[in-house]
Amino acid sequence: MIKVYVPRDSSALGLGAEQVATAIKSEAGRRAADIQLIRNGSRGLYWLEPMVEVETPVGRVAYGPVAAADVASLFDAGFLEGKAHALSLGLTAEIPYLKNQERLTFARVGITDPVSLDDYIAHEGYRGLRRALTLEPAAIVEEVTESGLRGRGGAAFPTGIKWRTVLGAPSEQKYIVCNADEGDSGTFSDRMVMECDPFVLIEGMTIAGLAVGATQGYIYLRCEYPHAHVALNEAIAAAERGGYLGDNLLGSDKAFRLEVRLGAGAYVCGEETSLLESLEGKRGLVRYKPPLPAIEGLFGKPTVINNVISLASVPIILDKGGAYYRDFGMGRSRGTLPIQLAGNLKHPGLVEKAFGVTLREILYDYGGGSASGCPIRAVQVGGPLGAYLPESQFDTPLDYEAFAAIWAVLGHGGVVAFDDTADMSKMARYGMEFCAEESCGKCTPCRIGSTRGVEVIDKIRAGVDRDQNVALLRDLSDTMLAGSLCALGGMTPYPVLSALNHFPEDFGVAAAE
Amino acid sequence: MSEQKWNVEEVSLIIQGLKDKPGALLPILHAVQDHLGYVPPDSVPLIAHALNLSRAEVHGVISFYHYFRESPPGRETVHICRAEACQAMGSEALEAHAKQRLGIDYHENTSDGQFSLEPVYCLGNCACSPSIMVGKEVYGRVSPERFDEIIEATKAKP
Repeated sequence: MIKVYVPRDSSALGLGAEQVATAIKSEAGRRAADIQLIRNGSRGLYWLEPMVEVETPVGRVAYGPVAAADVASLFDAGFLEGKAHALSLGLTAEIPYLKNQERLTFARVGITDPVSLDDYIAHEGYRGLRRALTLEPAAIVEEVTESGLRGRGGAAFPTGIKWRTVLGAPSEQKYIVCNADEGDSGTFSDRMVMECDPFVLIEGMTIAGLAVGATQGYIYLRCEYPHAHVALNEAIAAAERGGYLGDNLLGSDKAFRLEVRLGAGAYVCGEETSLLESLEGKRGLVRYKPPLPAIEGLFGKPTVINNVISLASVPIILDKGGAYYRDFGMGRSRGTLPIQLAGNLKHPGLVEKAFGVTLREILYDYGGGSASGCPIRAVQVGGPLGAYLPESQFDTPLDYEAFAAIWAVLGHGGVVAFDDTADMSKMARYGMEFCAEESCGKCTPCRIGSTRGVEVIDKIRAGVDRDQNVALLRDLSDTMLAGSLCALGGMTPYPVLSALNHFPEDFGVAAAE
Repeated sequence: MSEQKWNVEEVSLIIQGLKDKPGALLPILHAVQDHLGYVPPDSVPLIAHALNLSRAEVHGVISFYHYFRESPPGRETVHICRAEACQAMGSEALEAHAKQRLGIDYHENTSDGQFSLEPVYCLGNCACSPSIMVGKEVYGRVSPERFDEIIEATKAKP
């Protein structure tokens, strides 16, 4: 029996993977070919999706992008023996885009059947949990601290310190909450983990529960991810059947239960306190801090709230040790970052690399330059609240501190490229418009400032009292930066002012000093 | 008051099944909207009563979240991504095409009741921009021609 892989990842499905899978099944039936069709996750080489793989004695061989109409010719060419075809990509593992990555968190993504517990275990799954079950809670926290892992949602707060705070907070009930409200434009690494390797997130949350003494976990998933919802629920059910979730984890007498809750299309609910309000069934209004969620979080109880990638990085840290993970990276940015290449790029996709790789390497060595063939003019890193970087800053290494030094952020690792047709004053206007659309309304700088920001930028674009209005925009941005309650209002000035500072010609003003 | 267009017993059953969950309001609103396509304003008192909340509190939650709607949608809802990665790949032209093709603006239904049009801010399909979602299916690299094909195929679905 020959194993044939067709992804069930939503991006691959959005390009016709389901039709390809159906065509392969019926063509195999017609030719009486003995195949086993496996629906794997995506490898993250999205310009090649739908990418079909065939297992051969020398390894998995890839073909892509495959349309349903190509299937008969693939059979004719002998793709079941890995033979050549116009869509041949060779051995999957040898494709440079994939081969040159350092996949730690994404080690299994695209390789396994996402909802097969057996497959997960056969590929080193649940080794982290088995080790965690032999450790004292403080020792688990110590391992995570040792790894240097910082919150991958964007704020980059040390995960170990957060866990230690919750461990030390006395309470009969504590919670683990996974922030899966991945709303940043240009980001999809959370989605990929949940659709392509959901067990790694479940295992990470279970370990977090053991580490701090929490028995209930919630995954707050954005409702724009229906495929992730299905995959998570299938995986949770399989983990429960296998004894990896429930009241007696692997016979240890320790309990951990997990439930997926859906958001409802509010970007601000990616902010942790707004998310907790939403989980409690309320409007997603941002809370004042302190108290920190680690002390008074969900339903007022001590709560670990971490991003999907942070939690999904925990199993390998427990399995291979904190030092193993820490040895990747640079400076205070330890480990790896799943970088998401999006927008106007020839080779968009998922690139997990150790911190320290430069933006230029990512854009050209991996991204292959712009899709349009025009020069890349601007790159937004870190989602809608991230700064726009001009070509002169492309040599910045991906490192939290190096980005902070040029008034930019890495955020959740999204990289969106724009070619030279982009109008940066329009992008700045969009930044304010988005903030106005998504503001929770609790604090004035964000609620009112964003609408005033749209108006001021409109005046600048129309050439009305340009110098005065640019000064006003800077003043308004300063108020939002310093006076907003959370990062939505507080960081909207990043895309706005970076566009103004690096591309003043698009605003009709002379370059700043 | 006009007659209710939805079945009170079914909705009550949904509410009863979920009301004891911690933080039950969002799961209830999702379940009602999954069942009816929207959250009818005259179902709010029912939900409020079950959760011991005021009607204003329930209404406040419904109105806070973009996803919840208080009027019936078309048979299929078309979401078009307006976020940056899609903008970098021509989503503005796609938005204009979609509005023209369907003959409606955002938050409207076509006169034949087939489609609703809504904006969305990122579908996590950013490596295959521009993206749309029809029902629960995501589509990538959507050119105006491909948009028309998807609309036709959706119409043809039973």
